[in-house]
Amino acid sequence: MIKVQTTDFNLQAEHDKLREKSSVGAVVTFSGLVRDINQGKEVSSLTLEHYPGMTEKSLTKIVEQAKSRWNIIDCTVIHRIGELKLSDQIVFVGIASLHRQDAFAACEFIMDYLKTEAPFWKKESTTDNESYWVDAREGDLKALNKWSK
Amino acid sequence: MIKVLFFAQIRDQLATSELRMPSSENHNIEMLLSNLKARDSHWQTVLSKTNLLVAVNQTISNENSALQSGDEVAFFPPVTGG
Repeated sequence: MIKVQTTDFNLQAEHDKLREKSSVGAVVTFSGLVRDINQGKEVSSLTLEHYPGMTEKSLTKIVEQAKSRWNIIDCTVIHRIGELKLSDQIVFVGIASLHRQDAFAACEFIMDYLKTEAPFWKKESTTDNESYWVDAREGDLKALNKWSK
Repeated sequence: MIKVLFFAQIRDQLATSELRMPSSENHNIEMLLSNLKARDSHWQTVLSKTNLLVAVNQTISNENSALQSGDEVAFFPPVTGG
């Protein structure tokens, strides 16, 4: 399931949905949050913009790639858009599989590709009332290298 | 016509989120970019950034991608979600 939404999500509710099938032996979840310091500045809030349509298309492709590499029983990706405050949840990736190895790897793979391919953009506002678009991190691109081996 | 969209910094810098370009004069992304840059020196600067990304019909593409009437083209900076 892939969702792009302004509303928050509930970790327990998402986890419960992922363990509905009795074949599931492992669930790995990741959640990304709004952090107070970024690029050396004190962040007060964050606005997330996306490209409607392409976002869903891109996330669907990333999930399909993960499903072709690992044994995944169920998968949930939720990404929030709009204005978010400090410590708010931004993104959720949850993987249900038979064994933990598939779930750990697929979860990391989906996050690594989401960070570099899904068309979302963050604009941060600081405590000094400054606002700027966040720069892409080179480290995020490097993280993809491990999946090409 | 070709629908052209701009996102994030690119949209802010051009103060434009969407416009239409005639398909008869824009057979591929290279031609479209060159016609958009020809608008003025500011558009030239913004659209000459080396990290500019382009999508055709919501799939990442490049300067050689062919265009036809009804296509949707988007220009945007590297993504920063997650």
